[in-house]
Amino acid sequence: MRPLLLKGHTRPLTFIKYNLDGDVLVSCAKDHRPTLWYADSGERIGTYKGHNGATWSCDITRDSTRLVTASADSTVKLWNLATGECIYTYEFDIPCRSVSFSLGEEYILLTTDAFMGVPPAVRILKHSKDTEEQTHEEVLLVNDAHPGRITRAMWGRLNKTFVTSCEDGLVRKFDASTGKLLNSVKIHDKSIQMMDMDRDQNTIITASQDKTSKLLDADTFEVLKTYQCDRPLNTAAISPIRDHIALGGGQDAASVTTSAGQAGKFEVVLYHKLFMEMFGTVRGHFGPLNFVAFSPNGKSFTTGGEDGYVRVHHFDSDYFEQEFA
Amino acid sequence: MVSMMRWGDTLEDDDFDELTAQALVAANNAAPAKPTAKLPPKQVFGPDKDGIKTIVEYKVEQREKVKVTKKVRVSKKQVSTSRGVFERRNLAKFGEAVGLNAEQERTTMSMTEDIFLERVKTSKDNTRKDENFDQLQALATTKALLRMSGISGKPDGPAFGAETKAYKVPMSVRRGPGELPPGEGGASAMGKPGSGQYVPPSLRAGASSVGETMRTRRDENSVRVTNLSEDTKEQDLVELFGPFGAISRIYIAYDRETRESRGFAFINFVRREEAQRAINKLDGYGYDNLILRVEWAAPREPRPDQPPR
Repeated sequence: MRPLLLKGHTRPLTFIKYNLDGDVLVSCAKDHRPTLWYADSGERIGTYKGHNGATWSCDITRDSTRLVTASADSTVKLWNLATGECIYTYEFDIPCRSVSFSLGEEYILLTTDAFMGVPPAVRILKHSKDTEEQTHEEVLLVNDAHPGRITRAMWGRLNKTFVTSCEDGLVRKFDASTGKLLNSVKIHDKSIQMMDMDRDQNTIITASQDKTSKLLDADTFEVLKTYQCDRPLNTAAISPIRDHIALGGGQDAASVTTSAGQAGKFEVVLYHKLFMEMFGTVRGHFGPLNFVAFSPNGKSFTTGGEDGYVRVHHFDSDYFEQEFA
Repeated sequence: MVSMMRWGDTLEDDDFDELTAQALVAANNAAPAKPTAKLPPKQVFGPDKDGIKTIVEYKVEQREKVKVTKKVRVSKKQVSTSRGVFERRNLAKFGEAVGLNAEQERTTMSMTEDIFLERVKTSKDNTRKDENFDQLQALATTKALLRMSGISGKPDGPAFGAETKAYKVPMSVRRGPGELPPGEGGASAMGKPGSGQYVPPSLRAGASSVGETMRTRRDENSVRVTNLSEDTKEQDLVELFGPFGAISRIYIAYDRETRESRGFAFINFVRREEAQRAINKLDGYGYDNLILRVEWAAPREPRPDQPPR
């Protein structure tokens, strides 16, 4: 394959999100400018101007009209996806990290970091399709359940629950209407850097600094599979069409200069989901991988690295022909 | 100036009709006066019945007129997409992408070199390969033993030294500069590493240590050299290891299919001290741009399926 190298960001990538149709993708980086790209050609459509700090994550509505971004400048912004116009800004006084739209897009699930004595919290915000009615209404606040940074929060089935991953290696499930903690399981010895769900919300994949990635049952948090890797992991993704897992990570940026170039382990690693066996690597980045995302049709995947580059990989045909791995 | 432009080189093309020829003549006439003179307009022919479209363009490059003929195969493909995707096909640029033409935008996106999904050899594959290697070596030894049939069972027999010496030559056993003592040389030629089949009496259960020097263990004095360059030949290793002492055997591992060196070799020394000296000196020695790794070859486990003789 001949990856497309997207050079729009000047700082490390933090998040990549495809829209539902998979024709465009948004990349978030620490350089304040989320960017919209065509997923097939890599052409840049535009940048969203307005944030004043690193953008940590984003989400796109089902009809691909709106984008929501969370930033370390203590704001969450709603954008018109196609024009880049800022529709609304939720203002806080703490850095915002993970955002996602609920099913039906009436709510936004947001996590905020610990800051100046304020504990890390999960918040549910009201989102209105009508810009006139949009208010800064906070429906729910859970600020007493996490001892460390909440790295990701995702909605459960039918918005009844939400799941969080935390720096302390625990995965927690909450009731979305009351904020009651329903379940919490220690999955990893070290920080869970990123978490993702497959499309039918049956399984959760986690990526941890303890060099493992685990596949969990989304309802019970039972560990179904463990993918043992040889590097600290920052990100994991589940292929929507094949039984494959893509993992990424590498030694952290601070220690890169102290070891040999080959030792960085910045490749994307592909595992078989069921046999838990690594079957391939795709090299390319020269810094740790911060994010891997499969396109919704499973025919390509995109990576974002600490090196500031986004790489879009379209699989060669032999990837689809091979029976196992 | 006219002669510098070689229109004829491409004019032979079948696809050119009279119209192009005329345009070319006109261009030829106009060109000598000023290089910046008006260029013939871009012409597009086709697509013909095979779907081939020919585009002829002219441009000035380094004060010379250049004609560019592009042939493009035009094919139609019907793809069904969602309405939203169709509507998003030609989004207007916004933010920093505004005002950049296609050429400038190219700086934000580039094709990189071809990168393959590198298939990882699982541990299973590795062990299988080693087994192959073992079998190969075992086979070689079996053959050797067959050829030595008369003495293979009793290496301490009376004719042993002479027999082995004669046999050594066809097996391309190399000798170091030092002279081999016949008895000991024979013993270590017998004691090939990797033959794993024959257990010498001294190693059998209940064997006494009498006659130890005569029946040197086959794996003994065997030195493994790794990280060799692929170009290294046996002669090179003789030159490299010869000064340390007598060498009884050199084995370079080659890939069975490609016949390329696999980058490691075994060297048997006649004397253990000499082997140790070679290890001390040559481990970490830079040879052919590579850092050699020289160590004792791990003794091979006796095979359980081979009955001890």
